[in-house]
Amino acid sequence: MLNKNPAWRYVVVITMLLLTLVYALPNLYPEDPALNISARGGAVISEQTRLQLEQEFIRAGNAAASVQLQDGKIIARFSSAEQQLQAFDQAKNLLGRNYIAALSLMPATPAWLSAIGATPMKLGLDLRGGVHFLLAVDMQAALDKHLNDLVSQFRNDLRQADIRYQSVKANLEQGQIAIVFRQAADVEQAASLLSKQDSQLLMNQDMDSLSLLVSLSEERQRDIRNYALEQNITIMRNRVNEIGVAEPVVQRQGADRIVVQLPGVQDTAQAKEILSATATLEFRLVDTDSDLTAAIAGRLPGNAELYQSNDGRPVLLEKRVLLTGDHITDAISGYDEYSQPKVTIKLDTAGGNLMSDASKSAVGRRMATVFIEYKPGTEQRADGTPVLVKQQEVINDATIQSRLGRDFDITGLSSPAQAQHLASLLRAGALIAPIQVIEERTIGPSLGKENIELGLAAIQWGMLAVLIFMLVYYKAFGLVANIALAANVIFMVGIMSMIPGATLTLPGMAGIVLTVGMAVDANVLIFERIREELAEGRSVQQAIHLGYDRAFATIADSNMTTLLVALILFGVGTGPVKGFAITLAIGIITSIFTAVVGSRLLVNLIWGGRRLQSLPL
Amino acid sequence: MQLFNFSQPLHFMRFKWPALLLSVLLVIGSIGSFATKGINWGLDFTGGTVIEVGLNQSADLTAMRDTLSAAGYPDAVIQLFGSSKDVLIRIPLRPDLVQEKVGEAVLQALNAKQSTPVELRRVEFVGPSVGEELKQDGGMAMLVALIGILLYVALRFEWRLSVGAVVSLGHDVILTLGLFSILQLEFDLTVLAAILALIGYSINDTIVVFDRLRESFRKLREATVDETIDHAITSTLNRTVITSLTTVLVLLVLFFMGGALINGFATALLFGIAVGTYSSVYVASAIAEVLGISREDMLPAPPAENEVEQV
Repeated sequence: MLNKNPAWRYVVVITMLLLTLVYALPNLYPEDPALNISARGGAVISEQTRLQLEQEFIRAGNAAASVQLQDGKIIARFSSAEQQLQAFDQAKNLLGRNYIAALSLMPATPAWLSAIGATPMKLGLDLRGGVHFLLAVDMQAALDKHLNDLVSQFRNDLRQADIRYQSVKANLEQGQIAIVFRQAADVEQAASLLSKQDSQLLMNQDMDSLSLLVSLSEERQRDIRNYALEQNITIMRNRVNEIGVAEPVVQRQGADRIVVQLPGVQDTAQAKEILSATATLEFRLVDTDSDLTAAIAGRLPGNAELYQSNDGRPVLLEKRVLLTGDHITDAISGYDEYSQPKVTIKLDTAGGNLMSDASKSAVGRRMATVFIEYKPGTEQRADGTPVLVKQQEVINDATIQSRLGRDFDITGLSSPAQAQHLASLLRAGALIAPIQVIEERTIGPSLGKENIELGLAAIQWGMLAVLIFMLVYYKAFGLVANIALAANVIFMVGIMSMIPGATLTLPGMAGIVLTVGMAVDANVLIFERIREELAEGRSVQQAIHLGYDRAFATIADSNMTTLLVALILFGVGTGPVKGFAITLAIGIITSIFTAVVGSRLLVNLIWGGRRLQSLPL
Repeated sequence: MQLFNFSQPLHFMRFKWPALLLSVLLVIGSIGSFATKGINWGLDFTGGTVIEVGLNQSADLTAMRDTLSAAGYPDAVIQLFGSSKDVLIRIPLRPDLVQEKVGEAVLQALNAKQSTPVELRRVEFVGPSVGEELKQDGGMAMLVALIGILLYVALRFEWRLSVGAVVSLGHDVILTLGLFSILQLEFDLTVLAAILALIGYSINDTIVVFDRLRESFRKLREATVDETIDHAITSTLNRTVITSLTTVLVLLVLFFMGGALINGFATALLFGIAVGTYSSVYVASAIAEVLGISREDMLPAPPAENEVEQV
């Protein structure tokens, strides 16, 4: 017999290899120092601004390698880090505070590669330097706040339904609200009223003590937790964008955790201040009676204050605050009946009452939303930490169309993007659950670079050692195994680059090294098996055939169990362990493929078509 | 070239009782060490702050200790990390410290005494709840992995082999943990990853032997159980040793070149693979043998094997 494979198999395997090779290529290109510029408030940057910026760099004698407009953001690349830093200042001076500039390293992937979606592997913080925070959301606080809101809502509802109660009190430890009535009939009536209004409440009537115990259903509690987490994630995203970091990560982890990763940021103190800064909102009426120009010149009317709106316009607002942001329970962007973008705001009961009273006499007037945030300024305290500066800006003003209640809409927004941004700012306005930093890791840039170098060196030398060993031990067959091993590394890097979520970390690099050591196992099994078959007196071609076939069951069984372990690692592990598990799992799959399919094709191509008496094994 | 070329199977099973006794002693020794010395849990598990700083000359650890004591951190542990210019400072969790601020405070204290500022290489702070969860998650991962393997091997092979495999894996994990306990090496997240990888690697080895065992049971109809096991181990010995060798090769490279962060990982795997290679030969098969595995248990043959017979 002869061992021959149809040509299409070779075509398929070679095509796959070439394809992954192309996707692995971007990793070979270095990174350019770059500047990412985005507009505040989610606006889209125009071509005109891009041109202006490009000319400014040229005028200042600091011509950029390229200034491109991409997804409404500008990416300017430079040939050196000094140029990048100079451009950072130039861009800030030119564009002013409505734009956010961030220093970054952009992969210098050639256009033809990025056109087909080939990007380099994402590097973990341990390889590129930066800050990692793990934040825990205080869910108890969110539940407590909700219970307290319900207390005032119940009082209101009962009063309106003319049900007389003695007291409404929240018992936060037990997660209950106790309502005590004067007569038994009221208990019944109140229970049906409240559960009609909100089916997610659990009622527990106690006739003897004339009381009704109200608690939240599991589903409601879960919703509150989810909302608190989502809200915090939104806030963190907004703030991280403020810091001006390229490619930040803000991600949910588990039920009550948020991971924030800021690559390249070295000043943890500042990052922490910004992340834990508190933001609030205020609603105020616009003062249209007084003279705006006079106010700008310094002659402010007694009952008004001058504000800046986020598009740079001055706005005169009344001093009286209609409502503060802590009454907002939700803000959702959407479209009104004319398909115009809008934001629907939901208030708690107390807020609804306040708003209703305040807006009664103000229909037809303009109401402004003021966003107040405490951010670190340029000044520093004696201990070197920056002083927090109160920043206020009007993020929106709109005409009050009718008396407002617990739910109302803000319209007159310029775009759906603006509506979304406003909604997220409104949600950010009142933190329903405070957060706490429970884990923090800062990796300096030099350490990151060293780690990459160490990892690469380990991969190179480890691979070299294995290659030499295999060549010496198995001679020509060793060469086949080595080609399979090289293909395996290409497959691993290519696939890692293709998977969007895969991040290369230091343990991940260790995983690659380990895979290099273990990947030859399949070929070792096969070659040993071929030797055995030869020793038992089978012909060369039979030995090759049987060697591959018989070894395959063993390879499949043993690798399945290792894959099982990798999957468990991925499921249970976090951060670096996950990174390791990904590389291990990919490595196992690709090594089976290259060692079983790839090397067999190669062996059959070289030795399979001839009548041989012995093998170079 | 071939490492071993035996005309007769080696009599591995002749030494199964001494081998099992040795393993039992080593396991008892390891557990004894956990009980008395415990494990030197790293920051990932204990919580606290670790600060790594780089200096431009050799570090004077005594002076640094004094500086930090004066700055209010008498419990700081200071040691060299990788080189004489690289210093690792650990500050344990303490209720009176605002942990989030420790990193900056320590850096300032050090810089106040140094003529040239130290370079901050990394700061890691881990809160108390995180570490506890990690221990639980890690323990859970190991448990789930072992149960998964137990089921898979029982399904694909036989329950006695399955027990043998899991006992030998437990043996490898306990001995590796024992090494970390006896030498008081730091047990951090990468070591946990290494131990989980070790489970994956070591089972690989064991399965290869089992696979051959199944085949040998069918082929050698006259042989005793001991002889069959000896035959299976001997005929896979080349592969077992060579694969371990290539893996050890790359691990040695990692150990010497991977840097201090990856050192624990490489140590755990190097030791684990040495132990694992021994245990997949001795512990796993010997236990299956002691449990009374016989030729009848491995029959009838699955269809895949019949196919091969026809060639």
